[in-house]
Amino acid sequence: MPASTIQAIDCDVHPPLPSTRDLLPHIDDYWREHILRRGIEADSFETTAHPAKAPLNCRPDWRDGETSQLDGLRERLLEPFGLRVAICNMLHGATMVFNEDLSAALCKGVNNWVAAELLDRDPRLRASILVTPHSPANAVQEMERLAPDRRFVQVLLPALGEMPLGRRYHWPIYEAAERLGLPIGIHAGSMFRHPPSALGWPSYYLEDYVSLATGFASALNSLVTEGVFVKYPRLKVVLIESGVTWLPGYFWRIDKTWRGVRSETPWVNGPPSEIIRAHVRVTIQPFDDPPKAAQVQTILEQIGCDDMLLFSTDYPHWHFEGTDAFPDGLPLGLHEKVMVENPLATYSRLS
Amino acid sequence: MTRHVVATVDEIAPGTCKIVSVKGREIGVFNVNHEFFALINRCPHQGAPLCTGAIVSRIEAPMPGEYRLTRQGEMLRCPWHCWEFDIRTGQSWCEPNSVHARTYQVEITPGETLAKGPFAAEVVPVSVERDYVVVSV
Amino acid sequence: MNATMLDRSRAAIDRSFTGFVDCDVHPFTKSSDDFDEFLPQRWVEHRHTIGGRTRQGLGKAGLYPRMSPGVGQRGDAWPPGGGMPGSDLGFMQLQLLDLFEVAYGMLAPLVGGAAGERNVDYGAAMATAVNEWQLAYWCDPDPRLKAAVTINLENEKAAIAEIEKRAGDRRFSQVAIPPRGLEPLGRRRYWPILEACAANGFPITLHLGGSSGHPSTGGGWPSFYHEEHPSYAQTMQTLVVSLVCEGVFEHIPNLKVVLVEGGFGWMPSLCWRLDKHWKRLRTEVPFLKQAPSEYVRQNIWVTTQPIEEPRRPQDMLSLLEWIGIDRVLFSTDYPHWDQDDPRYAFKVQLPAEWQRKIYRDNALALYGLDG
Repeated sequence: MPASTIQAIDCDVHPPLPSTRDLLPHIDDYWREHILRRGIEADSFETTAHPAKAPLNCRPDWRDGETSQLDGLRERLLEPFGLRVAICNMLHGATMVFNEDLSAALCKGVNNWVAAELLDRDPRLRASILVTPHSPANAVQEMERLAPDRRFVQVLLPALGEMPLGRRYHWPIYEAAERLGLPIGIHAGSMFRHPPSALGWPSYYLEDYVSLATGFASALNSLVTEGVFVKYPRLKVVLIESGVTWLPGYFWRIDKTWRGVRSETPWVNGPPSEIIRAHVRVTIQPFDDPPKAAQVQTILEQIGCDDMLLFSTDYPHWHFEGTDAFPDGLPLGLHEKVMVENPLATYSRLS
Repeated sequence: MTRHVVATVDEIAPGTCKIVSVKGREIGVFNVNHEFFALINRCPHQGAPLCTGAIVSRIEAPMPGEYRLTRQGEMLRCPWHCWEFDIRTGQSWCEPNSVHARTYQVEITPGETLAKGPFAAEVVPVSVERDYVVVSV
Repeated sequence: MNATMLDRSRAAIDRSFTGFVDCDVHPFTKSSDDFDEFLPQRWVEHRHTIGGRTRQGLGKAGLYPRMSPGVGQRGDAWPPGGGMPGSDLGFMQLQLLDLFEVAYGMLAPLVGGAAGERNVDYGAAMATAVNEWQLAYWCDPDPRLKAAVTINLENEKAAIAEIEKRAGDRRFSQVAIPPRGLEPLGRRRYWPILEACAANGFPITLHLGGSSGHPSTGGGWPSFYHEEHPSYAQTMQTLVVSLVCEGVFEHIPNLKVVLVEGGFGWMPSLCWRLDKHWKRLRTEVPFLKQAPSEYVRQNIWVTTQPIEEPRRPQDMLSLLEWIGIDRVLFSTDYPHWDQDDPRYAFKVQLPAEWQRKIYRDNALALYGLDG
């Protein structure tokens, strides 16, 4: 009997992407002309990081049918899970376009589409703001435009971009996020400006996907060592679709490194694991479960911060069956905290 | 505890350390700007000869990019894993709030697998009497 | 007044920490000319003019400086007679081999730049020179030391020739393959080299470091050594992913892989993650006949240094158990700064049988050494 998810706040949901033609009404005149002139409206912005029909990304009973995006969300997610809120993260490749202003225009179109087609039509839905990671000025502009709409609860960045996320180049985004009370959601995925790892380009999607956990580790290392949390002490970061069970080994390693290497980055004023516990949250799907449920308790003790865990289904990605969204072995006593309290504490705009 | 003369004050120049052995213990005696301090020559981490490490200053930064050099010559860097210790107190920079066993008297903390806390170097009391440096071991 | 420093003498060491196999020992050159006696004249001249060229911007230094002098050496390992730490066999014997009565030391010669050299003919010549140097200056004078066959990864023909040349020479215990090549190591272009290693009875050792020319993280180049150092553990993980998912172990089931200096705290969760997502994506890799974690258990070993330091020391025990006690190999990494002392590396008492296996028996079995 799966644990109840009634009234949960689902912190990671992926509505199917609108076609680029569907975005056109939500894009201003200039950019609509630009796009049509170049035939870009015929382009798909599905990302290499998330091929929509790959089995991992599409549970068989959640496959796109004849229903509209919204009906699909209601029938397959909101109703069966009894969700209070679902935060929509659009895995849209608008962010990849090298032309910074075209990229920003497309991102803006996606955000406008989300507001009109999803947020306006179901009060349970919220969204992350899609921005241009490689163009901080444009990103800040979009954040400031949408901040007054409290249904936008977070800013979305891909885990792997052109530069490690902590680099000073990105700081205007963090300054604005802190100021506007928007957590930064770092989502699984790469812009593939670089190969997924130092080794170069793997052959298979399975390799790319599994390697993402190491990508998140490198993103966190960058945020911590560059001092982003020292400079922006009220900034919150959420790791979305990152995996969870790699955290303990990661904590041990970065704390050990810090004790010897501290003087290179002296603004890192405490063990990195503690900085991360204070500022970073993580969605629970995929959990990357150990083989025995009892090991989950050990992992949680090693993570040492139940506040970090945020409920998510990662719909429509295939990590569990039915409504069995909680990892086996996650103590029942934690469920309410993970489903409701922690998301409310992380996303102040939900209250 | 007994008191042992380990050097004359002139033997240990400011900014240097002399390793001595007393009652089978290796001790590093430091002259920090004309004050004397002593630490057991053993890093609490993995037993390195701590007192042979570099005598350095404290590198700090209140904000990324704002660099400060303070406490010149008052810090000791383990020659192995580079942990930094305050010569005066034995406290490690990385865990200043771990105050197990700061003095020569060993305290066993329940639950710790090491007899001494992992983040403090063992301090040896030092005094200067006339021209002599004296440790209490 | 007693001014002498007491020896940290051999007599004082608990016997359970002696007689081990050290699976990561770094010999060093006294000067960069040390290889000239083993290089054809053409390459001596090349070395003195154009010089080594790897996939990075600085020609003679690393881009992520280490935290201690000598490119990250243990501060007390500088030989009294001069030269770099690790360059003096006598001092290495004093500080490591004799002090702990080491049974065998597996050399990891990170010298010469052969592995990642872009001029693959020069790289091959330098690889041969490094191999001859190991024998002449290390293994022959002290037979406890075992050499690693050095190759240039992008010169397949020369690499296979070098491996075949050293086959059967028991002074060589394994083949050193750079973890960061032009492509992930599991890719088919490297299979002939991997096949040659297995066919000639050599495990392969993947020692962290080097640059492929790709950024050390998937998100770009880190700013700090503080990030670069942990990126090595990330590289180890992606190596495991590549070797397993590309089907190397299905194709070469007797290939043995030793991951050196990448830590091991990541291994259980990586295996869980691999198994989980492989279940969904099996149709992409139908040649995998077993779960990924099964291949890891059968074909991959890890060295202990730099040892993991769980906040609760007892978590080390479950970590070792989850990996499998027989997969773990003790190493010091002498004489680098983050080396581990065999007595104090583990902060928890290991069961005696685990200690024997990790410090000695696993390595003897893996490398086919006499106990």
